[in-house]
Amino acid sequence: MSDDTTAAHAPGANAQGWPLFEVFVRAKRGLSHVHAGSVHAPDATMALRNARDLYTRRQEGVSLWVVRSDDITASSPTERDSFFDPAADKVYRHPTFYDVPEDVEYL
Amino acid sequence: MSTPTTTDTTLLHTAYVLGLGDDALVYSHRLGEWLTRAPQIEEDMALGNVGLDLLGQARSLLTHAGELEGRGRDEDALAYLRDERSFRNVQLVEQPRGDFADEMARMLWFASYQLALYVRLVDSADEVLAGVAGKAVKEVAYHRDHAAQWVVRLGDGTPESHERMAAALQRVAPYVAELTSDDEASVWAAERGIGVLPSSVEDEVHEYVASVLAQATLEEPEPARWHARDGRRGIHSEALGYLLAEMQHIHRSHPGAAW
Repeated sequence: MSDDTTAAHAPGANAQGWPLFEVFVRAKRGLSHVHAGSVHAPDATMALRNARDLYTRRQEGVSLWVVRSDDITASSPTERDSFFDPAADKVYRHPTFYDVPEDVEYL
Repeated sequence: MSTPTTTDTTLLHTAYVLGLGDDALVYSHRLGEWLTRAPQIEEDMALGNVGLDLLGQARSLLTHAGELEGRGRDEDALAYLRDERSFRNVQLVEQPRGDFADEMARMLWFASYQLALYVRLVDSADEVLAGVAGKAVKEVAYHRDHAAQWVVRLGDGTPESHERMAAALQRVAPYVAELTSDDEASVWAAERGIGVLPSSVEDEVHEYVASVLAQATLEEPEPARWHARDGRRGIHSEALGYLLAEMQHIHRSHPGAAW
């Protein structure tokens, strides 16, 4: 089918009509969901199904999240320095000034 | 009526399993044709995955049929070296690939039928069949859901998608009745607790499809004035010959070739 009548014309749709969703997979209970990649889909329900086909066919996960890529607010690479570098010279933010007593285990 | 002889028993049991296997094999081939042709690459993957699930079922079922038959034919011999008249699939699955709505209409009917069947085959007296069904139930439930999701979206989408989904259901309609028609092998198998009588799942299949169509704001298509029959007896439409030619030619041109 060369025409594209199946596509939903949702806001943020790509050239072929389907918006992009980011996929997060939880590998097993107790772990966090980790970003795995992205899929195109006409809506969130279908995105979840597409994600299942693409990212969990080999038992990689027990739980999936999808979220519209447009809905993610991300830090900009060009602002990397102002965002992240100041942390390096504020040593008092790192717990390095404590003496750990010898008899404290597992710290 | 005379009691079936051992030979009849073998033939009928083999025929029943072959019918299930050929449905899966032929439909998996048709679904494979969607790779690179679906509306999006994600849908290529989805249809390809459904096809691979069916191919897996076909391999187990054909292998089992070969063992039941006892003439030394393995899955490859049965898949690649039989001619049209020996294939026992329903005509729905051999129909040429139409547009995406056609495929979703076909998948909705076929997966609904397969799910109703496999859910019952889990208790088959044939342990291999029960095992295959047990594994396939989850797969087929997903196929049915995938088709249902799309039928709802297309039916309840734009005026054009609604119209095209309705037209697709109408085109598929003549091939629906055959799914739940009983043939000699299925009657035999059902009487022995090996198989499931196709007509016994008819209401369930229709109820499910009707519920999806209602959600999709679609009418049930007009009952077809003509409907396909006798695929289980090896009577097929023209399309199967071309499908088999494509599916079988490598194996026949290069017997015994391996990767």
